[in-house]
Amino acid sequence: MGDNDYLFAVARIHVKEKTLLSDMDVAQMAGMKTEQDVLNFLTDRGWGDGSSPVDAAGLLAAEEAKTWDLMRELRIDPAVFQVLELPKLYHNLGCAIKEAVLGKVPERVYFDIDKYDGETMGRIVREKRWEDLPSHMKETARNAYELMAKTGDGQRCDSIVDRGCILACLEAGKKSKNSLLAEYEESTAAVTDIKIAVRAARTGKTLNFLNEALAPCSQVDVRYLALAAAEGQEKLLSWLEEHGFGKAAEALKDSPSAFERWCDNRVIETILPQKRKYNSQGPVIAYYLARENEIKTARIILTAKANGFSEEFTKERVRRMYG
Amino acid sequence: MSMGMALAILGAALSTALAGIGSSVGVGWGGQAAAGVVSEDPDQFAKVLILQLLPGTQGIYGLLVTFITLSQIGVLGGDPVTDTYTGMMYLFACLPIAIVGLISGFYQGKTSVASINLVAKRPDQFGKAMLFPAMVETYAILALLVSILAVTNIK
Repeated sequence: MGDNDYLFAVARIHVKEKTLLSDMDVAQMAGMKTEQDVLNFLTDRGWGDGSSPVDAAGLLAAEEAKTWDLMRELRIDPAVFQVLELPKLYHNLGCAIKEAVLGKVPERVYFDIDKYDGETMGRIVREKRWEDLPSHMKETARNAYELMAKTGDGQRCDSIVDRGCILACLEAGKKSKNSLLAEYEESTAAVTDIKIAVRAARTGKTLNFLNEALAPCSQVDVRYLALAAAEGQEKLLSWLEEHGFGKAAEALKDSPSAFERWCDNRVIETILPQKRKYNSQGPVIAYYLARENEIKTARIILTAKANGFSEEFTKERVRRMYG
Repeated sequence: MSMGMALAILGAALSTALAGIGSSVGVGWGGQAAAGVVSEDPDQFAKVLILQLLPGTQGIYGLLVTFITLSQIGVLGGDPVTDTYTGMMYLFACLPIAIVGLISGFYQGKTSVASINLVAKRPDQFGKAMLFPAMVETYAILALLVSILAVTNIK
């Protein structure tokens, strides 16, 4: 389909963007006293399926379902969502490997995705039927499983799975021939590499570990990132400042949660220009990502309120909104 | 029928056909975007309908030039064209609105879609939104004037 085949979908999405939560809405929610206040605020904004009494999990699930229904209605190429679901797929792989080697993990840690839900992924990994996995995943799965079975080192296993995930996302982004997807995956890859480097520097990992864990991408030279991270946190901070990631360094100095927020905000910044486009799949994909971000933020606030965390604690964790 | 008459009729046909294609594509794009807005916000129907219709004028201009030409060349009135040279003059006189109508119809359609998206987000900015596609109209009007002046002054 050509760009002009999405004129209806994009116009519809631009109307729907008006209903997205804004940064002010999120600040208001973070300042509320109880979880019920947040739930009332969200139901007043049209969240949920109208059922009563409203519970947080049901409300968020209803919103996820609404987003999917809209995407199906707008006939967006399902291949786009397969690309966006790759991180969930690799997450399920990581969980299944740990479950196979270390024993049972709670069912809720798995994402419920078509074809490779927790049960299916668990069975494939237990029976080592790597040929049943998508082609981009087979080698990663085999390597991560063998390492986990041999050493029991969960962190290294995660790093193999994460690297496999980044490479698969980059490849899928390029293959999609969709400029937004390719850019989004590049941005996500850079942020994930920086995240891995930060954690490695904090826990004193070796250069070998870093070279094994970081995935090459266009926005970050991972060889130098690995060298900086291997030399410790101070060196990594100055490397980030010198290579255009000054805000990441600032956030890191502030707190780990501020850094996590920077990571998510940076990815959201990649999709912001889509608000001004009037054709192509881009604005629709950006809306989908914005809804995911919105639901994730609502989940953070609801969990914080349910556990009685302070307003400052909550505000530090909420993300920048697309709306 | 003489070669001159055939060329004159070709010019008349092209002005309606090409300008009409430009308009139908432009109005079609506008219609898709307008339907997207109305599906979520039916209150915007009147505003987006006006924006959708803006690229439709090129087709009307083309039709106008066709009527004037046909009334000059002996089809709806006037004297039949007998020589090739006069026929070519009618053909070339029709080309400004035919070509500009086609291209400006496309671009006005794109601008209308962008303006419909503007109204989708900011319905209060309708006045400004309407100006953007209207700017493209200027060049279709210039082409229309040139075609009318040329067709009506062929002796």
